[in-house]
Amino acid sequence: MAELVLARPGKLPVGPVGRHGVGQWGVGALIASEAALFAYLLFSYYYTGASALPGWLLEPTPKMWPALPNTLLLLASSVVAWLGEKGVERGNRAQALVGLLSAFAMGAVFAGVQVYEWAEKPYRIGTSSYASLYFATTGFHMAHVVAGLIILAMLALWVALDFFSPRRRIVVSAGVLYWHFVDAVWLFVFATYYLTPYLGFAR
Amino acid sequence: MTPAAFRTPEIGEDTPELRARLHAIWATEPGWKGWFTTVDHKEIGIRYIITAFVLLALGGIEALVIRLQLAGPDLNLLTPEQYNEFFSTHGMTMIFLYASPVLSGFSNYLWPLLLGSRDMAFPRLNAFSYWVYLAAALFLYAGFLTGNGANDGWFNYVPYAERQYNPGLNQDFYALGMVLLGISTTVGAANFIVTAFKMRAPGMSINRMPILIWGTLTASVANLVVVPAVSLAFFLLWLDRQFGTSFFQTSGGGQPLLWQHLFWIFGHPWVYAIVLPAMGMASDGLPVFCRRPLVGYSLVALSTVATMILGFGVWVHHMFATGLPGLSLSFFSGASIVITVPSAVAIFAWLATIWTGRPVMTTAFLFFASMILLFVIGGVSGFMTASVPVDWQLTDTYFVVAHLHYVLVGINVFPVVGATYFWFPKMFGRMMDERLGRWNFWTMFLGFNLGFLPMHLTGLFGMPRRVWTYPAGMGWSTLNMITTIGSFVFAIGVLLFFVNVARSLRSGAKAPADPWGGPTLEWAVPSPPAPYNFTVIPTIASRHPLWEEALDESRGRSSIARGMMLDHGKETVTTTPLDAEPDRIVEMPEDSWAPFLLAAALGVLFFALLLKAWAAIALGALLVLAALVMWLWPQRRLLEREPAHG
Repeated sequence: MAELVLARPGKLPVGPVGRHGVGQWGVGALIASEAALFAYLLFSYYYTGASALPGWLLEPTPKMWPALPNTLLLLASSVVAWLGEKGVERGNRAQALVGLLSAFAMGAVFAGVQVYEWAEKPYRIGTSSYASLYFATTGFHMAHVVAGLIILAMLALWVALDFFSPRRRIVVSAGVLYWHFVDAVWLFVFATYYLTPYLGFAR
Repeated sequence: MTPAAFRTPEIGEDTPELRARLHAIWATEPGWKGWFTTVDHKEIGIRYIITAFVLLALGGIEALVIRLQLAGPDLNLLTPEQYNEFFSTHGMTMIFLYASPVLSGFSNYLWPLLLGSRDMAFPRLNAFSYWVYLAAALFLYAGFLTGNGANDGWFNYVPYAERQYNPGLNQDFYALGMVLLGISTTVGAANFIVTAFKMRAPGMSINRMPILIWGTLTASVANLVVVPAVSLAFFLLWLDRQFGTSFFQTSGGGQPLLWQHLFWIFGHPWVYAIVLPAMGMASDGLPVFCRRPLVGYSLVALSTVATMILGFGVWVHHMFATGLPGLSLSFFSGASIVITVPSAVAIFAWLATIWTGRPVMTTAFLFFASMILLFVIGGVSGFMTASVPVDWQLTDTYFVVAHLHYVLVGINVFPVVGATYFWFPKMFGRMMDERLGRWNFWTMFLGFNLGFLPMHLTGLFGMPRRVWTYPAGMGWSTLNMITTIGSFVFAIGVLLFFVNVARSLRSGAKAPADPWGGPTLEWAVPSPPAPYNFTVIPTIASRHPLWEEALDESRGRSSIARGMMLDHGKETVTTTPLDAEPDRIVEMPEDSWAPFLLAAALGVLFFALLLKAWAAIALGALLVLAALVMWLWPQRRLLEREPAHG
């Protein structure tokens, strides 16, 4: 005999709780798409470099100063942002504000150093395909840093306004996750432009 | 009032009181304000479909002008420059502004109804993706109407598209318009993916999803990761043209083939993205008219996914004639041949469904069934050009034009028109005219084949594509005249379709909830559905909830009239990705200005970029930022903020 199947769930969370909720999936999809964008940018570099004539690399031995410390600074800002998120999770508003604002400051320094690096380059975006790729790829990354900085600033503002609690804080987790992405993807950009020449790519 | 963080959903019956309560919560405000702010997936879906059909008509008119120019040798209806804009804009319109958006429209409308949900996962994002699509269409057509339309073919090869060969604004309109359209496609894809995994009714485990869900989900995963390739390509082209970069300029060490790679890494998965959802429509529609379940559900679902996975590895078959290394060509040729296997699985599943069923010859059935034939013809000509030496003979001839029209018209337009006959009663509460429908079908079917079957020969006789005219005595004149006649007959068929839609909207017979005796959830709700879709959240016990008595596949019966009421606010339930166990009650956003404002701000920004008006660019960027902050500002009602705080 057939019987009716009826879902009778017990207590369910209402709305986003902690870092879990539908929005988490949305940020995941955004990051997947953005990661693909950077994959195509780096593909463009490798494809053009692999089929280019010798002498294509304008910097066969890229300088590690200040790029390497700047990279470490950006990575550290991810840890600091995570500490800020933990602050919201523990209901410690001071820790949250210090974490988010420090991450903002470190990200801003990273952006400033990057602008300095651009200004120091002996070539401009129109010089050659290498120069175009370098400025476009780091430029795209800079756009993501700026977006991430605006997000960190908004999060700090909202924390200051006491919007969140350990339970209702998905906005903070989503924003910080995006910042982690901005930092992680830089490693691929850095490895491509600063390290692969030493491995012999396109030399 | 502080909503509790946890709640046990109350179970209840579908009663008139509950309906009235939900209606008050979910209905969009009438009038112009509601029109701009609605986030109802049904309204958005219908807007998508109507906009896409308007663009289909525009692209069709462009095609007819092209066919008049080619009707005989040495004609001068268009100048060569106008011809370039007409055939490029025709391709751009049909492929980017019709074929994909129309499927998004149907999926937007149907998904929550098929899934047993009250809306998509991100309703505001849904509204936004429509507004940006509209903005991109207006942007691209603003170019065409001012004589600055795309003019290097829809795939727009460099170096033709570079500034030194193409100094007008044509390519800038095309490049920026495509970047704008890419935003719409990407956010739409993200919404479909999350909806498929989180918004299914309890009990609708992943092996109980309708095939349309599989089709659009697969297409959306592909779009999410391949659209950035084409957006990037067009953006880099714009930089080359306007800022003197050398991405594709050989003079600066750039690589013209990079354009082709980026375009086709996107372009070929995209071809599957604009047919897989349409194949899903046929897979769900045909069985209804064959009075039996689809043969080989699991194989069809898996081959949908397999097609896309293989589809990521075939893009170089568009580049066989570019002088790439032979080993690379062999690999991509092999993949292009293997991909016919999952396609054939779907074909045999449909044939077996018809063979073992009791077909009812409705107009919708005719459109779905004819697609099988057209798919085989388009598939076989594709299989032929998957072979490198054959492709070297046929590339850039009308054979390829015939092939791609069989694929795109055959597996997109035919099932979409069939889907309109099938789901029109659900959308508008009225039936379409079956008698006019027969005329509609046979005119389209005969006109299309009359026009495009001989075109294979035109190609085999060596007529190159994209030529503006041709001399007499090449042996192409008669064939071209036949194609022109066929295309006009086909156009009359499409016109009959539009006439049928317009007449049925006003005076079609009233449609009941389930006019065709369908198996899936959309037929369990009234035609047209209420703003909240389902009075109670249904629980699903099988793949065919409305056919359970007839099929008796399992012991359990789906519960449609009794379930979670979720009437404390604008609520629905999310479920786990594979088993669809309820895992959260979610508050859905109210109607909002943010999606429209953000799309309008993007429109300002892109027009400013086109004109390189720096003050306007800054203004547009600020407007975009303001709209985003307005959208994302944490709301108490959505439980993004703690009510006790702040």
